[in-house]
Order: sequence, then C-alpha cells, then structure tokens
Amino acid sequence: MNDDGTVNRAALPAIFNPEDLNALELALQIKDKFGGKITVITMGPPVASAILRDSFFRGVDDAILITDIRCAASDTLATSYILSCAVKKVDYDIVLCGRQAIDGDTAQVGPQLAEKLGIPQITYVEELIELNGRTITARRNIGAGWQQVKTALPALLTVTSEANEPRVAAAKKIMKYKNAHTPIEVEQKIEAENSGADEADIKALAAHKCSEYKQANLLIKQWDLDFVGADLNWCGRSGSPTKVHRIQSVVLAAKESKDVEPNENGISEMIHELIEDKTIA
Amino acid sequence: MIDVNRDGEVWVFAEQHNGQLEDTPIELMSKARRLADTLGVKLAAALLGDNVKGLAAKLVHYGADKVYLVEHPLLEHYQANSYAKAIFDLVHKYEPQIVLYGATITGRDLAPRIASAAKAGLTADCTDLQIGDHTTIKDGQLHKNLLFQIRPAFGGNIIATIINYDRWPQMATVREGVMPMPEPDAARRGEIIEEKAELSQQDLPLEILQEHKRPKKVNLKQARIIVAGGAGVGSKDNFKLIWDLANCLGAAPAATRAAVDLGFIDGDHQVGQTGTTVRPNLYIAVGISGAIQHQAGMSQSQKIIAINNDPDAPIFQVAHYKVVGDLNEVVPKMIKTIKEK
Repeated sequence: MNDDGTVNRAALPAIFNPEDLNALELALQIKDKFGGKITVITMGPPVASAILRDSFFRGVDDAILITDIRCAASDTLATSYILSCAVKKVDYDIVLCGRQAIDGDTAQVGPQLAEKLGIPQITYVEELIELNGRTITARRNIGAGWQQVKTALPALLTVTSEANEPRVAAAKKIMKYKNAHTPIEVEQKIEAENSGADEADIKALAAHKCSEYKQANLLIKQWDLDFVGADLNWCGRSGSPTKVHRIQSVVLAAKESKDVEPNENGISEMIHELIEDKTIA
Repeated sequence: MIDVNRDGEVWVFAEQHNGQLEDTPIELMSKARRLADTLGVKLAAALLGDNVKGLAAKLVHYGADKVYLVEHPLLEHYQANSYAKAIFDLVHKYEPQIVLYGATITGRDLAPRIASAAKAGLTADCTDLQIGDHTTIKDGQLHKNLLFQIRPAFGGNIIATIINYDRWPQMATVREGVMPMPEPDAARRGEIIEEKAELSQQDLPLEILQEHKRPKKVNLKQARIIVAGGAGVGSKDNFKLIWDLANCLGAAPAATRAAVDLGFIDGDHQVGQTGTTVRPNLYIAVGISGAIQHQAGMSQSQKIIAINNDPDAPIFQVAHYKVVGDLNEVVPKMIKTIKEK
C-alpha cells in the first residue's frame, strides 16, 4: 500500500481478472465464428505483460501494454480516459470488457470507456445472441430477469462470468509465444545479463534485440501516455477526482455473546430467551 | 466540470421501472436525509420516466424536500444514454453537491456514464456514507464537510473511505439492503419541479427486443428471521434441516455462496457480498464458517445464533449465541423446542 492509500501494483503479481477472461473468451468465440482480429489492451506496471502473454496463449492476434509511471494512482475515471486514448488508436468494431475487477469490484471502467469513446454500451452481458452485419444483439442481466438488446456497431460490452467458460491456453501457442516480451522486459533481461555494462551499450543492444523480437512477431507493443496522446491533466492522480481518505483493516466487533451447550437444556434456554425478548414471535 | 459548491443539494436518483419505484432509492432516503440535515441543505430526488408523476409524492413521504421530475416519452424504458444525458443536464443546471444512486444493475450501468460525462468522481457499491473533514497530506489544506464514501475493498478485508474534494458533484452508488427502509410519512409536503429533457431517437442507441422479469423466489430483505446454511450442512438432502427450521419459525431460508455453488439451494437465497445484504431480527447461521464475504452481508443482524462444530470458526466472532456442536443434533433439538413452546 502506498502512503496515499492507493495500491502499489508494481509490487503485486499480475493476475488475469476473472471476468476479463470471459470477455476474452467471447472475443475468441466471435473470431472463431465470424473471423476478425483481436487486440488485447491492458494498463499496468511492466509485470502486467504476463497477462498479454497469457492472451497470446489463448489465441489473440495483438497485445498492447500501456505502462507509464504517470498512470499511477489513476481512479476509474482516469483509467477509462487513458484506455480511451489507446483504443482510439486501434481499429475496432466491438470493445469487450470484463464486468468488474475482483480487487475494486467497481464495474465502472466499462461504461466510462464507452462514454469517452462515444459509443453505446451493453453491460452485464450473459450471452451473445447475434452478430449481424453492423449490429450486435446480446442478452443482459437486469437483476430480476434479463433483456435482449440490439445496437449498432461500434459498441462496448461488459461481460459477466455467466457468459462462458474461458478456454485454456493452447500448448502450441504457449510454445510459440512464451518468449513474447515487451521492450521494457527485453531491456531488463539484457541489463541482467550484462551487469556493469555501459548504459548506452545496453540501450543499443536492447534496441537491436527488440527489432529481432519484432521480426519474429514476439514483441509485445508497449505504449506510454505520450504515445497514446493523453492529456496528462486527466491521467494519474491529477486526473482522478476520487482520493482515499482512510483505509482500515476490518476488525470484527467483539459482541456480548453467550456460549450455549449443544444439549436440550442449553437450546431450550436460548429459545426461551429469544421468545421472551420477542425476537421469536 | 462542476466546481465545489457548498450550497448544493443532496440528490438521490429515484430508479423506477414500469412505474414502480425500486427499493434502493427508498432505502437511500433515510441516509440521504441525514446527510442533507448535517449539511443544512435540501434533499431532492431525481425522478425520470414517462407518466411517473404519481411517484413524486411517495418520494416526499420518504423524506425528499424536492422532486425534480423529468417526463418524456423517450424515457419510458431505461437506457444508459438517454438517462445519463437527462441527469447530466439536470446536474449541470442545479449543481448538487452529492448525487447518490442505488448500486443496482441500472445504477451501476448509469452512474459511471454520468461521472464520465461530468468528469466527476464516483465510488461504487458503498456500504455507508457520512459527512466529515479531510486534510490533504501534501499542503495541509482542510476540506470541510465532504461526503465520506465508505466501502469494503479487496474482498472485504479492508474498509476504504473515499472522498473527492476538488471536483463535484460527489457521487456514489450504494449497495442494496445496507440501509434500513424508512417509514413513510404521508403528512410530509414537498416541492415538485417539472423539468424538460432534450432528447431525440439518437439518445436511444439500444433497441430492447425482449424483456423477461424473473421475480426473486425469496425476499430476504423483508424477512424478520433468517435461517442460513453453509457448506457444513453437507448435502442438498441435508439442507432440508434448514428448510424445516425456517418453516417452524416462519423464517426465510438462506445460504452462503459456498452452499449455493454446491447446489444445495437456489442463488436467490444467497446472503453476502455477492448476494443479498440482510439485517433481520434473528439470523441463525448453520454450518457456516463465516468468511468475511458472508459476514459483510449479515453481521448487522440484531441477534445472531451460530451453530458450528469448529469452535474456531470466524462466524463465532459475530455471534450472540455460540453453539459449538453437531448441527445434525442441534437443529432437530431446536425444532423440537420451538414446536413445544
């Protein structure tokens, strides 16, 4: 945890958010049936490239890591802004997001991204019904039931865990993509292998290695805020209206409690006490 | 962007579908009333729809001083774009300092879209709201009377208090069932302000082809007594014990997520962070270990009986009556005692 109550994500292992896997699976099913190209985008510290490699193992065509120290402390508004800048640089018909993340559970980034892209959203998608020319039809959860809605593309969908069972990584693709890396990873690797070497030499070597990776289609794209053309006022802490006032560990309130013997006497006494204080009518 | 505005009102989005108000905006009213009173400002409801004027009086009875009523044929059925546009326009015009939404599927579909358009902060799924002061660490500046947006995070292991002090309105969605329903006061009088929405077909990008309502099989929120079973009950057959105890108490049967996932009972009965939050007079937890996610949904019950054969089960930390023993012996004894009374 950082001093301002935000999470130091670079210190945590990157995991694939469960419902993002459902979104990815839906993308793969669309591709299987209709063709097309899948690009996976994630924003995070350099370790988040593990998610992108995992996406390649499952069958995506392209992967982009948005990593920039100036993204740190972004709330959902700033995150959706940065993502919108990146998505605008990619050709897309459908943007698929997991309904919500398991750390914050906010479910806000999807709708905020849709608003920033100026496209309609279908949230809480449980099933893709039809993809037809320029429209998409999906069934969404509405709490007490469901509805089927249709909209013109481009559109953004947020996908729930009900939608599908994510496929596992394909062995062939693992073999192919296990060495896919971002430029920052390539540089870190070279640094580790040539400790004490001149910084300029390492940079030159890294640049050379990156072009090799690129030729082999193993270079994961790495974008920073300058590249996506983001206005820094709307990124990171300054772009985040919500701030953490305080965080507290959950302390379970010690309550006045009674030990009840698990025999007839104990149980009878408890029940009668509850009848007497009118808890039980 | 809306600047900090100390005189702004407190607003509640009055979610309705087909002319029926949802429970959550009503639950929100009692808390919002207190926030407005603490700040010394008016409490208003934002009511959107077509032919929904009849609901305005009800909102006043539940505590609103004002109702902003926006009626338009294109608002008959909820859609994120049209509703977000109409509310954004209202927020822009009246500059409330706080806007609250129920964390229903509609609230969570709608509020982020408004927050994005207004470039305002939004905290999801709050379990409590308070008014308080904040001093920024960097420059020691004191911000008085902010909305403390309190919510569990990271699986419920921490409670975070979120604020926004430099861009308003302060907005939050609030979890269903965490605030008690206020009693309506039919004598309350309020002001109804009719507003026009500027909407066209372009604001309705979704075509709703079909809608299927599925009423919940059980109303846990209204239950005075709840008997809940966990994985410890062991099997779907044995879950009959839970039904039997519930039946003889006139109670609602409920379950943990684990019990639901094991197929012991339908998901409508699930209590906890991803289920329903309940606060009955009596909660009987049978074979429930008491994961923090489950406790988040039941720890505010008036009285809690926990029955578990593991004396170290976390559920005992929130229980008023601790019964360490085999549920297969304890529950039948309870049923017998109750039937004899």
